[in-house]
Formats: sequence, C-alpha cells, structure tokens
Amino acid sequence: MVEEVVVFGVWVSPYSRRVETALRLKGVPYKYIEEDLGNKSPLLLKYNPIHEKVPVLVHNGNPIAESLVILEYIDETCPQGFPILPKDPYERATARFGSKFIDDKCMPAITQACWGEGEASDKAVEEATELLMFMENELKENRFFGGERIGMVDIAANIVGFWLGTFEQVTGVELMTRDKFPNLTNWSIEFVRNNVIKENLPPREEMISYLRKKRSAR
Amino acid sequence: MAEKVVLLDLWASMFGMRVRVALAEKGIKYEYREEDLKNKSDLLLQMNPVHKKIPVLIHNGKPICESLIIVQYIDEVWNDKSPLLPSDPYKRAQARFWADFVDKKVYDTGRKLWSTKGEEHETAKKELLEIFKTLEEELGEKPYFGGETFGFMDVAFVTFYSWFYAFETFGEFSMEAEHPKIIAWAKRCMQKESVAKTLPDQQKVYEFALGLRKRFLGE
Repeated sequence: MVEEVVVFGVWVSPYSRRVETALRLKGVPYKYIEEDLGNKSPLLLKYNPIHEKVPVLVHNGNPIAESLVILEYIDETCPQGFPILPKDPYERATARFGSKFIDDKCMPAITQACWGEGEASDKAVEEATELLMFMENELKENRFFGGERIGMVDIAANIVGFWLGTFEQVTGVELMTRDKFPNLTNWSIEFVRNNVIKENLPPREEMISYLRKKRSAR
Repeated sequence: MAEKVVLLDLWASMFGMRVRVALAEKGIKYEYREEDLKNKSDLLLQMNPVHKKIPVLIHNGKPICESLIIVQYIDEVWNDKSPLLPSDPYKRAQARFWADFVDKKVYDTGRKLWSTKGEEHETAKKELLEIFKTLEEELGEKPYFGGETFGFMDVAFVTFYSWFYAFETFGEFSMEAEHPKIIAWAKRCMQKESVAKTLPDQQKVYEFALGLRKRFLGE
C-alpha cells in the first residue's frame, strides 16, 4: 500500500517541528502543509475539530493530534526504524514523564518568564530556573536525555534546545546560563548540531526576526 | 522475583483511582498508603520530588508518577492479561488523545464548580457541560470508549464518575438529564469488579469536596 503522510504545522512551532523530526529520524517521506493560525484551513479544522491546533499528522487519511501522542504513534508504526522510545517499560515511563514535564511545566514557565511582565514574569523566572535544574540533574553528563542517541525527551525538549536561546536573545531574559546549567548548555549545542535536528529547526535569524516583530507588535 | 508494589494515593483522587482500577484489572497485589496532602510523607517527597503529587506507584523501589503514565506502565509490565491499550497503533493513539483530553479539560473545569462563585462558576458549568457533550459524542453508540472492550480511555474517565454527584450538586444540573449516554456507559463500567471495588461512594466524595470548598471559599 502506498503510505500517505501529511503534517499540518507552523514553521515557528516547536510542537510541529517535533513531528517532522520524528518522521525524518524514521526516514518517512511526508507532505508538509503550512497553516496560517489566523486563518485556519478547513482541512485542519476537519482533522482536529477538538483543539483546532497544529500539529496534526494525517496517515492514509486518518488524523492524529497532540505532538506527544503523534511521536508515540510514529514510533509504533515504524518499529524497525530509529527508536524514539526505549524498549524497557520503566525507561519508557521515565521518557513519557520527562516529555510531559516539558509540556505541562517547562513550556508555560519559560514562556511566562521570557514574555510575561512584572511580578508574574519574575516569579516565572524563579520557577523556570527550578524546572530547568530538574532537567540539568536528570541529564547529568549524558550526551542526550535518550543516552547515546536522541530520544523522545530530546525531541520534546526542542524548546529548551533551540527556542529558549532565541527567546533570551530577543527579550534579554537570561535563563539557561552556562555556569548554572553546564549539562543543559552542552546538550543544547549537541542538539542543534545534530544532522536530523538541524534540518528541522527554523533558520535562527528568521526566528529572531519573527520574535522581534511579535514583541514590538504588543 | 517477588514483586513489591506500593501505591501512594488519596482515597478521593480520581487520578489515584485510575491506578487502582488498572492494578485490579491485572490482579496485582499491592500495598496502599493513604497520603495526607496537607502533610506529605517523606516517601512521597522523595519519590515524586518534581510534582510532589499522588498517585505514585513504587515498583520494586522505583517510582513512577503521573496517573496515565502509571497505567501505561502497568499495562506494559503486566501484559499477560486484561490489556488496557488496544494493539492497533491508530486506536492506541486515539485512546491516548482522549485520555489526554480528559486530563486537560475535565479536572480543571470541574474543580471550578466547588472553588469559584458567581460568573466564574457559571462559565465553568457551561464549559463542563460542553466537555461532557464532546465526550458523549466520542463515545457514540459504542459500549466503551475503546470499542467492544473496557480499555485505557475508559479507565482515564470512569473514575470521574465518583465525582458526578459533587459536580451535579455544585453545578446544579443532572448528568442523567444532560448526558444519559455517559451515565449508561459509567454504569456499564461499574459492572466490572475492578471499577466497582475502586470507586468510592459519591456521597462521601461530595462531603470531601465540601471540605475543599470551605478551604477555597472560606464558607
């Protein structure tokens, strides 16, 4: 059967980039559709009526939404390819926990710390620092969260690996300094240098430009 | 090797109940430890330093946190009976998506029914009814969310059934009137021993929620 894989995403979104990274790691060809979030396509609304968000993966006409759910789906449908989740159940639980931690706690705190204002932002800086410290201690001196190779947590941590640096540059908020976070800093350098990851990151200058425009539009 | 399984939990937690249902489905013997969330045990803080929350499953000394992650872990380790996730990857993705939907929507909106007043309370009620409507549509005519058999998504949502009386009373609505399919589904699930023996009495949960309300609203 000819497999048809389509990804609905947005070029600036770490969430849709996660899905593209996973497909590339597995060597799965796909068609990419760029969405305009201010004017969502009827197809997107049809495929994700519940959340109306990107990313959505459509596999042979069947839609899946929520990036972490999609990552597991990609891993399970291509069991022979590059492993995204480990095989051992305890390690899988740890990887799921780490990924969820990034989405539920890190993302909101980092966003508020960098883009929020006043007291709320100061508090968020404290919180984000604490959360990043958990990640720092979890990583230790491993090359990746997945060990020797990239895994689900590394893919999910793309906001820390790439986007955080761009937020810091544009807003002047400093969260991930080398002296506080030596492990994470080293990891982020390895992360953006990785062949597959770097193919799936927005060009840094364009990302910075986009964020600067967003900031001045506020 | 003798398996040692400990669960740190709170009797009224719909999240903890998910783990208890999964353990019961698999016939796993475990030690249950009730936590006082106003005075968390050293063990809880040590086993879940990141969130400091229940439930935590401790399997041979190693902690697993977050209820849906624990349920998947249980399903993967004790894979010889009562599979909770389906074997088809697309159906698994759907089960995970809907369980995530319950996590994102039902608890946060539901708790506003006892922790807020006035306009915020009214908005929460409307939102919660919309959420139940979406879930009812997803269920459709199927006996269970997973299809013919009780599965992951059913485990994720059925534990909220024990809170329905509390939702109804604080929200001033009737689930039976608004969402009869959900009630029919919940009663079907309650025919399973794992669910019936786990879910506490709705009246007791309501009284517990009254206590929470006093703390939030000081009345």
